[in-house]
Amino acid sequence: MKTPLVLAISAAALTFSSVTLADNPKQGGTVNTIIQPEPPGLVLGMIQNAPTRTVSGNIYEGLLRYTTDLEPVPQLAESWEVSDDGRTYTFHLRENVTWHDGEPFTADDVVFSADVFHRELNPSARAVLLHVESIEATDDHTVVFTLTEPFGPFLISFEAGTFTMVPAHLYEGTDFRNNEHNDHPIGTGPFKFANWDRGTVIELVKNDDYYEEGLPYLDGVNWHIIPDGGSRAVAFENRTIDVLPSGTVENFDIPRLSAMDNVCMTEEGHEYFSPFAMLWMNNREGPTADKRFRQAVMYAMDREFAKDVLWNGLGNVPLSAFGSNARFQHDGLEPYDHNPDRARELLEEMDYDGEEITILPLPYGETWTRWAEAVQQNLREVGINVRTQATDVGGWNQRLGDWDYDLAFTYLFQYGDPALGISRTYLSDNIAKGSPWNNAQGYENERVDELFNAAATAFPDEEREALYHEVQEILHEDVPVGWLMELGFPTLYRCDVQDLVTSGVGVNDGFKDAWLDR
Amino acid sequence: MVYARLIIMRLLKAVVVLFLIVIFNFFLIQMAPGDPAAILAGEAGATDQEFLNQLRERFGLDQPLYVQLWRYVSGIAMLDFGYSYRLGVPVFDLIMARLPATLLLTGTAFVLSLVLGIVAGSMAAARVKKPSGSIIMALALLFYATPLFWVALMSVVVFSVYLGWLPAYGLYTVGAGHTGFALALDVAKHLVLPATTLALFFMAIYTRMTRTSMLDAAQQDYVKTARAKGLKPSIIQRRHVLRNALLPIITLAGLQAGQMVGGAILTETVFAWPGIGRLMFEALQQRDYNLLLGIFFFSAALVIVFNIITDLVYSLADPRIKKGAS
Repeated sequence: MKTPLVLAISAAALTFSSVTLADNPKQGGTVNTIIQPEPPGLVLGMIQNAPTRTVSGNIYEGLLRYTTDLEPVPQLAESWEVSDDGRTYTFHLRENVTWHDGEPFTADDVVFSADVFHRELNPSARAVLLHVESIEATDDHTVVFTLTEPFGPFLISFEAGTFTMVPAHLYEGTDFRNNEHNDHPIGTGPFKFANWDRGTVIELVKNDDYYEEGLPYLDGVNWHIIPDGGSRAVAFENRTIDVLPSGTVENFDIPRLSAMDNVCMTEEGHEYFSPFAMLWMNNREGPTADKRFRQAVMYAMDREFAKDVLWNGLGNVPLSAFGSNARFQHDGLEPYDHNPDRARELLEEMDYDGEEITILPLPYGETWTRWAEAVQQNLREVGINVRTQATDVGGWNQRLGDWDYDLAFTYLFQYGDPALGISRTYLSDNIAKGSPWNNAQGYENERVDELFNAAATAFPDEEREALYHEVQEILHEDVPVGWLMELGFPTLYRCDVQDLVTSGVGVNDGFKDAWLDR
Repeated sequence: MVYARLIIMRLLKAVVVLFLIVIFNFFLIQMAPGDPAAILAGEAGATDQEFLNQLRERFGLDQPLYVQLWRYVSGIAMLDFGYSYRLGVPVFDLIMARLPATLLLTGTAFVLSLVLGIVAGSMAAARVKKPSGSIIMALALLFYATPLFWVALMSVVVFSVYLGWLPAYGLYTVGAGHTGFALALDVAKHLVLPATTLALFFMAIYTRMTRTSMLDAAQQDYVKTARAKGLKPSIIQRRHVLRNALLPIITLAGLQAGQMVGGAILTETVFAWPGIGRLMFEALQQRDYNLLLGIFFFSAALVIVFNIITDLVYSLADPRIKKGAS
């Protein structure tokens, strides 16, 4: 029945490895890097926050890995097939894989991870699993996922941080959150957990039994925990630290640090997350409920200035709701350029009476505070009466979750596909109090709902593209949120750390291929 | 016997005070904006209602406030401080794991500031009209007025970045694998900058206070008597002047000692010192209420203990106080 639509898997694998492993890598050495903030735990799948992903992406693995172009390549699955109707995905697993405790990795682990573990614990995997009717192991090394209907982003959901493979023999039938192995994570990845001295360091060591011949090259990775941004910069300056993952130092330190000798910088490795900064505008009440006001805000903001001054010129000013790394971006839309006159016209047209509105910066450090000041100044220039309110992370979450704001900064990950990372901000059934990561602005548009829902399950891609283009036109006109910037998240490292970023999730699984030219 | 009775009375009062502190802290924290479950979910980046409900149920946050209070207070009575929301580890274990590092830092700073402060203050008192005395007082004023975080950052810039003499952060050299004496030496090196930073401020206060109260005491009649008896000046300074001048210093030392658990947030943060202060600050940011309440409890208990110790030391330094104590 199934005529396999075989993707050129082994070819992709060959190209992938030949690109990354061009030189003759040297064995040995330990890389010192930073993890900020300290993660709450290391069992990926149970915890999905950024620091856990960054450390544990080197301990655990997913079925697939993604290039910086977000093309899937083999990881625990060595090949896969998709049926003609887009409803059946068959994964063929590698046969020589063992867990860090020596037990073999089999199809049962995949079924347990996806069908039991993630369904219970993992909201991001749950969103994908809604579309999955059944998961079956047909033999020890073959797993078949049957979907209820085609789901466009299915193949991009198998990244280690989202669809972690966890060991069934240690977790099955236990209370997952109180499992004794949570203190000592067991994965299949290139590095094994060695030690976590809380408040000081997390140490990973090489997995000598790793199934990919010759990998990894490093003996280990030490993740230092340093709570102060200035101290982190100093640790890099005095050469204790080799790699500064993105977000570990303030933006204003980056030009100074990147100008040092033997320091390299890359913006690659965030394609999968593609963090998109937005200005939430409360669609329910006040002046921001009027779409002309929201358009005026878009015209009033000088986004290029913010990019050049606050973000060191890194990143990208987006055209509209879909970022440049998102699939199906509509590039024919009229950009919201910096145009204060147009903003004033729109405000006049709606009879804006100068009612005071508030703006809530993201409490993630100095750059965001300054950005809010810049936007406040832009808005005042066109006559919007705006006041900045300071808050901490807890207060910010509460204000957003209670819809108690006018304008608020945020950024969201795009996860490689509009159905995973973009639609969630605009779908009206995603309006719920208590979370700052849904449709917190309260945008409701039936046609937008229809289009997003249809596009998620349309098949093949050409059909999805048409639907997504139409939805972008509507969003572009309605401006449910302000589209600020696709953030550039640079990784700084000593130039002798080679092949550090080889995938679309950057250092989250990057130490697998890395080696030291020392 | 007087001591024993004094201690028992004070301990009984302490239990009542601690109980009131627990209740007060509980409500204080309820007043802070921010829901722990929402913050944890927020940190995870992706969430759904089911996830939030799971979290609230696990923490008992779905219960009415009086039930939460009852559970907490009855837990404390059994010395059960509950679990950290964010880390899922018993609060007691977390605090005990961080306590040694904090006590090492604050204890060193305490001894350092007290000893150096008293020595510098005595010297300044003995050289009251000389330039050397003025220099000591000028330095004391400088350290007293300089913000702690600035001293911390500057000492890192000078001693770690430019001179490269001392490590900039951490408790020990990660990956060096030191043991025994080498480890102790390594930790001592890491201790120098944070302990000095923390000590400077209090040292300045002790210096100023020692000088003032020694000059006061030197004017007293018993000092004249001692001098008339023909005692050596050094003995007069030590036995008659300093001993009487110590009382206000003991008061202040008692206060400083009470802050040993939670008083080093800034220093611990800048120097990445894995202590209680950092744990508390992170718990506050994360609205990790159980952990925060646990640390508050320990801090409060320590303050009470040091108040009692201070009173005992008073009566040792000045036997006249013993009468009033009972």
